[in-house]
Amino acid sequence: MLAWTIYLSFAGALVLVLLPKSRPALSRWFALAIAVAGLAVALQSFAAGMGQGRTILVDLPWVPAMGIHFLLAADGISRVLVLLTGLAAVAGILFSWDIELRTNEFFAFFLALIGGVYGVFLSFDLFLLFVFYEIAIVPKYFLIAIWGSTRREYAAMKLALYSFVGSAMVLIGLLAAYATAGSHSTSLIALGHAYLPVSFQMWCFPLVFVGFGILAGMWPFHTWAPTGHVAAPTAASMLLAGVVMKLGAYGCLRVGIALFPHGLDPWGFSLAGVGSWRDVFALLAVIGIVYGALVALVQTDFKFVIGYSSVSHMGFVLLGLMTLNQIGMTGAVLQMFSHGIVAGLLFAIVGRIVYSRTHTRQLAELEPMHLSKRLPFAAGAFVVAGMASMGLPGFSGFVAELQVLIGAWQVNPWWVAAAGVGIAVGIAYTWRAMQKAFFSDNLPHARELVHENGHHLAPITWPEVTGVTLLASVSLAVGLYPRILLDTIEPAVKTLLAGGGQ
Amino acid sequence: MSGFSSEIPILTLLTVLPLVGAALALFSGKHARAVALLTTLASLSLALVAWFHIPANGTIGLIEQHAWAPSIGIEYHLGVDGLGALMLVLSAIVTLMSVDASSRVHHQPNLYFALVLLLEAGLFGSFTALNFFHWFLFWEISLIPAFFLIKLWGGAKRGPAATQFFVYTMAGSVALLLAFLAVFVATGSMDFPHLTLLASTGELQQMVTAHLGPVTLLLAIGVLAGFAVKVPIAPFHTWLPAAYAEAPSPVTMLLTGAMSKMGVYGLLRIALPIFGAQISQIRTPLLVLAVITVVMGAWAAVAQKDLKRVFAYSSVNHLGYCVLAIFALAVPTAAGDAPMHASQAAALNGVILQMFNHGITAAALFWFIAMLQQRSGGARGIDDFGGLRKPAPVFAGLMGIALFSSLGLPGLNGFVGEFLIFRGVFPLAWVAATVSILGLLVTAAVILTVIQKVFAGPVPERLATFPDLHHGERMALAPVIGLMLLIGLLPQLIVDSVNPTVLNLLAHWRF
Repeated sequence: MLAWTIYLSFAGALVLVLLPKSRPALSRWFALAIAVAGLAVALQSFAAGMGQGRTILVDLPWVPAMGIHFLLAADGISRVLVLLTGLAAVAGILFSWDIELRTNEFFAFFLALIGGVYGVFLSFDLFLLFVFYEIAIVPKYFLIAIWGSTRREYAAMKLALYSFVGSAMVLIGLLAAYATAGSHSTSLIALGHAYLPVSFQMWCFPLVFVGFGILAGMWPFHTWAPTGHVAAPTAASMLLAGVVMKLGAYGCLRVGIALFPHGLDPWGFSLAGVGSWRDVFALLAVIGIVYGALVALVQTDFKFVIGYSSVSHMGFVLLGLMTLNQIGMTGAVLQMFSHGIVAGLLFAIVGRIVYSRTHTRQLAELEPMHLSKRLPFAAGAFVVAGMASMGLPGFSGFVAELQVLIGAWQVNPWWVAAAGVGIAVGIAYTWRAMQKAFFSDNLPHARELVHENGHHLAPITWPEVTGVTLLASVSLAVGLYPRILLDTIEPAVKTLLAGGGQ
Repeated sequence: MSGFSSEIPILTLLTVLPLVGAALALFSGKHARAVALLTTLASLSLALVAWFHIPANGTIGLIEQHAWAPSIGIEYHLGVDGLGALMLVLSAIVTLMSVDASSRVHHQPNLYFALVLLLEAGLFGSFTALNFFHWFLFWEISLIPAFFLIKLWGGAKRGPAATQFFVYTMAGSVALLLAFLAVFVATGSMDFPHLTLLASTGELQQMVTAHLGPVTLLLAIGVLAGFAVKVPIAPFHTWLPAAYAEAPSPVTMLLTGAMSKMGVYGLLRIALPIFGAQISQIRTPLLVLAVITVVMGAWAAVAQKDLKRVFAYSSVNHLGYCVLAIFALAVPTAAGDAPMHASQAAALNGVILQMFNHGITAAALFWFIAMLQQRSGGARGIDDFGGLRKPAPVFAGLMGIALFSSLGLPGLNGFVGEFLIFRGVFPLAWVAATVSILGLLVTAAVILTVIQKVFAGPVPERLATFPDLHHGERMALAPVIGLMLLIGLLPQLIVDSVNPTVLNLLAHWRF
């Protein structure tokens, strides 16, 4: 059943290309219907899969000579991320309701991207996973290059190049693993049982991990992320930050850690307290958390604030993965989901609700506009999204970060101390952006500028209200009752740790 | 744990009620105040039901306990004893007073009253929670509406005041959060009663030391810092005068009447039970801070010209007595040392009474300031008034009662708490108590000055037609003033229910 998310999305993309250009409304409604159908399938499978382990969805021989199968399967981690993708897809389409330029093509690329993402999360064959991973890069490029804004060609090219470099590293690692294992199958399940020498894992693990980590926004390979997020049209930023970055993190977990567990073993010597790849990547994660937050604090462009905040929040995912314990890794997966929802919401508010009306994203220019009065809905939505992003309790981010920190505390308290600084700065930058964009005190200056910009701001539309409500209530629901997701994630993480942990 | 579970989840209902009210208020436009009044009245009734159903032996009752997110120690665990139930009643009364006083909100009244009710839910939640996560959720929830109430409805300098308030409290919260994360990593529990048990046997410290090294004292300081901001304790008080002065007066009523009690409550429910031994270790410096809070608060009040700032600093002073008593009673005592135990019990009874009485009195005082401002076109300087007892004798009389209650006049509610505090603190820490007497004297001087400058002397011409309280205002104020008299004359109405809790708490604390 879950496999239909992939088929539906690609079929939808194909139909959209064939739809007439002259009828944008038709394309919109059709795309929305496809996305909602995908979400419905994801939800149904999520509910049905509760308490179940890994289920094989499809297993067909594809290139039998090389042992390549069209193997789709789902465990708790996949189900949660597929659900996230479904939600992001629906919300993304709702927030793209105002796209008038080549509407059908836009939604075709959008659905193709979604299909690729679904594919990655459900592939249990390395080759298949890689194919979907590559498929996802192409529509991203076009979405930014055609419908993007600020320096879109540059950003699109940068994003594509970074992605391809990462993919190349992953590909080398995977081919080497396939050859070394002497396996006749590229199935992740079979390779997980194959013997890979520790010395091999030691060099192959960092290659694969960094390869995927690039897409997860790992510092210092994160620079594509802010520029890409900013240049992308709103829906694409939502997907980039919301789900594409999770592809990277998912790869780190599903392929990197699960296939090469010994790559994380100590080297036997230590340099300045760093004695294993685990320490190295945890350090990079912590630097990412703090660096992303500090850079977000000084941005003048509203969208860049959110862009860098993604780097910081994804640092928590990588840190959680490096704890290698149940609680920290569960937190990492939950943070993937949470950040997907919250970052999507933030980009929607900044890119769609605010920018499409004010035509500026400069905080200094937004300051005198009195948006809390003129766009109270946007202000209210940003307050909620900001609280979720700050990690206030009651929202999904709190539980996720709490788990990552608890997991990290069991391994190395210094990681927690540094991440704590990141949280404090995170509160500060969200705060600063909220103050400047919506609740500025610059009153005396305001009157003249408001006059100048006195043109009427278009009223909020129903797709915007629906999208905001959808994402905000999901974050709130997970924050108040995290077991909705934890009960599914925890057993999967346990299996993964037991299977590859020793 | 002992105690009884009730069939009806009163505490959950109590927390949900204002949330529902907030949602209704948001969509009821101009009728939001009516919705808020009904909600707060219903909340007060429920809080009183809870107050009359606490166990007579002082243990925690009305317990509700359900799994929430067990893998990270999160549990839905609610319950109240005499202390918690009294705070529920206080929060409900203060919120009702605040809604009553907010008769002139013209700008977005629906949002205003929704935020007030959200704040009430935060108060109820944090006074009933017995699990850190649950408690922290409501502790933070209450912060957001408070911030926006200052930011959107406050006076001229509301922006910086709101920001300062938010930043200070948030910094305190981060300290609290990190400390409790460490406690969870070491013990695997976030449950207050369970952690109290671990602390009373000394296991908590051993577990923390084993997992994280000798950092228990550091954790205690982190937790204390979080509460010190909220109460506030010097030197963490600097956000308070601006916030109290810039907030609209009905919101100041909530801030000082109820929210400041969240900090004192946290010291009693969380800091002392779980980190009693560490607090006792650094008792002397803490007592110094408490004395500074008491004396500085009083002296600073003398220097103010703005009535709201006068009472803001006098609030710092009044809660300083609570903090003084809390730190003073944190001494190890021998098992059979009856006089010491009696002193501790007196001090703790005093703290809890003082929390309640200060809440009622301070909220009433800011209500009177709101009425002064309404009648004088916004003026609230101490020198802007004079001779008001002639044109407005009832106003002067009732505000006079509230002022004398704040001063601690015997026969009024303010006296009992302060008397018990000093009765307890003198044997426990006589130097600190002696210096703090200075605070009492200065406060008396401040309040008498206010009375003299506002109500006595010649009436300025522009105040000659100062209207007295009209019928509706008298009816609204009567129960509050009546409560001050009632508790002043019959303190046993509260003490009889609080004392068993005090003895029970002291029996479980280890210093």
